[in-house]
Amino acid sequence: MPLAKSIEAIRADFPILATTVHGKPLVYLDNGATTQKPLQVIRTLDELYRTANANVHRGVHRLSDLVSDRYEAARETVRAFINAPKREEVIFTANTTASINAVAFSFGERFVGEGDEIIISGMEHHANIVPWQMLCERKGSKLRVIPFSDEGVLDLDAYRTMINGRTRIVAVTHVSNVLGTVNPVKEIVSEAHRHGIPVLVDGAQSVQHGTVDVTDIGCDFYVFSGHKVYGPNGIGVLYGREKLLNEMPPYQGGGDMVANVTFEKTTYNVLPFKFEAGTANFTGAIGMASALDYLTGLGREAVAEREQALLAQATAGLSAIDGMRIYGTAPHKVSVVSFLPGKIHQYDAGMILDKMGIAVRTGTHCAQPLMERYGISGNIRASIAFYNTEEEIEALVNGVRKATEMLA
Amino acid sequence: MTIYELQEQIIEEFAQFGDWMERYEYLIEMGRELPPFDETHRIPDFLIEGCQSKVWLYPSFDDGVITFEADSDALITRGIVALLVKVFSGRTPDEILGTDLYFIDRIGLKENLSPTRSNGLLAMIKQMRLYALAYKSKAEQS
Ligand SMILES: Cc1ncc(COP(=O)(O)O)c(C=O)c1O
Repeated sequence: MPLAKSIEAIRADFPILATTVHGKPLVYLDNGATTQKPLQVIRTLDELYRTANANVHRGVHRLSDLVSDRYEAARETVRAFINAPKREEVIFTANTTASINAVAFSFGERFVGEGDEIIISGMEHHANIVPWQMLCERKGSKLRVIPFSDEGVLDLDAYRTMINGRTRIVAVTHVSNVLGTVNPVKEIVSEAHRHGIPVLVDGAQSVQHGTVDVTDIGCDFYVFSGHKVYGPNGIGVLYGREKLLNEMPPYQGGGDMVANVTFEKTTYNVLPFKFEAGTANFTGAIGMASALDYLTGLGREAVAEREQALLAQATAGLSAIDGMRIYGTAPHKVSVVSFLPGKIHQYDAGMILDKMGIAVRTGTHCAQPLMERYGISGNIRASIAFYNTEEEIEALVNGVRKATEMLA
Repeated sequence: MTIYELQEQIIEEFAQFGDWMERYEYLIEMGRELPPFDETHRIPDFLIEGCQSKVWLYPSFDDGVITFEADSDALITRGIVALLVKVFSGRTPDEILGTDLYFIDRIGLKENLSPTRSNGLLAMIKQMRLYALAYKSKAEQS
């Protein structure tokens, strides 16, 4: 199925793509860090502040009603987008990091104790490592790490032997932000569920690349950030199974999350509000819903297909450069290529590419243990979105070749 | 040459470059020409850790002047480091402490001074000044 619009029309939807940096047309290939925003999202935010700004759930007046309805409609949009069973299972947070911290704290308070174990993988972003380490420190529990191959494929046999009677939760990334690997989360979940263990899937790098169905995956928690899926900053999602969320204590107290407050005893509000203390980021949520609608309108499978073609082009082009090392060659990948040409330092290459107008990320990409696994101090990452063009991929390949020559 | 004259000379040199690629090529060349770093000094004590590249800085004090030896694992950073060494090495603590490094701005490296760039340039200048301060107070005590 083709995209609903031509690539020219799509690019016109993203005003920032037409800018220049250092006098060169911007080639934005840092979509894994954050994505650009379509006019549809920018206009939604603008229109909200002009016409419908009021606090949600807190007034009987017209504007408050209006914006509360739209906030709840945004929740429904998110639910449908990831095919969650219930609207109440979708909780708005600040970002992926906040969602994982919420689970690590709240689930940890209720279900994790001394000597218990938590399984993560060796290819996690710091956001899916540190909150669990903090939990382990609080509770005296232990972190177990699933290893992966040089290609960037998780060792599921090792995973199976890791699960035992002390395992309390498994937290793995759906897609590695460095290697691009799409992990077999469905298999990981079914293995854990055979032992009655819940699974959190970090969807920060998967939700924007095609269709994601949390019911099909079967995971108990799925988390992602609005800003990485063409939505605004400061809004994130925590999907959680109703039964678990009901058993977990709130992790923040305040307004909106309570049913009844006296100085003797406070009772908590129902889901999802129990986990949404304080004035919600309703503009963020409504803006994100607008971004999800945009993607759905384009065709999510068509988006993924286009990205796969650009990934193949980038991988082939970069591989042709002398001494090139590509990190992450799993059979099933999203449009992310991490690489190092020869012995060149990623920072040098990144600085030169920047002057050519090419935005890539250099460094450890918040995944230091992964870098250590490969014995490198960092690398260069090009993360591609559907609005990138064949010419831009060519510019990247030529730019890297030029930088390599300069630095060789 | 005074530090002032040296800065003027660097500014003049950079003014000849047409574009950024030439400036980087020059910095890369400067980095290559930096004398090899004594491996025994490649220890955490002399490491200025930036987020993106590592910089080592080794000071010595003799006859009232400070000599700096430096290195980096990234070539462009090494070039920037070489520039600083060129300006500050062989100077007295007072010269180092009393100099405004305006050349960095004038040759377009100012963005590399931003703390978020974390390439160690800012940290390096600070460290050089700290060494100067330490040697100065040591010299005054003895
Ligand atoms: C796999 C993964 N998890 C978590 C995060 C954290 O996302 P955020 O900074 O939006 O909370 C990122 C962001 O880079 C990521 O790539």
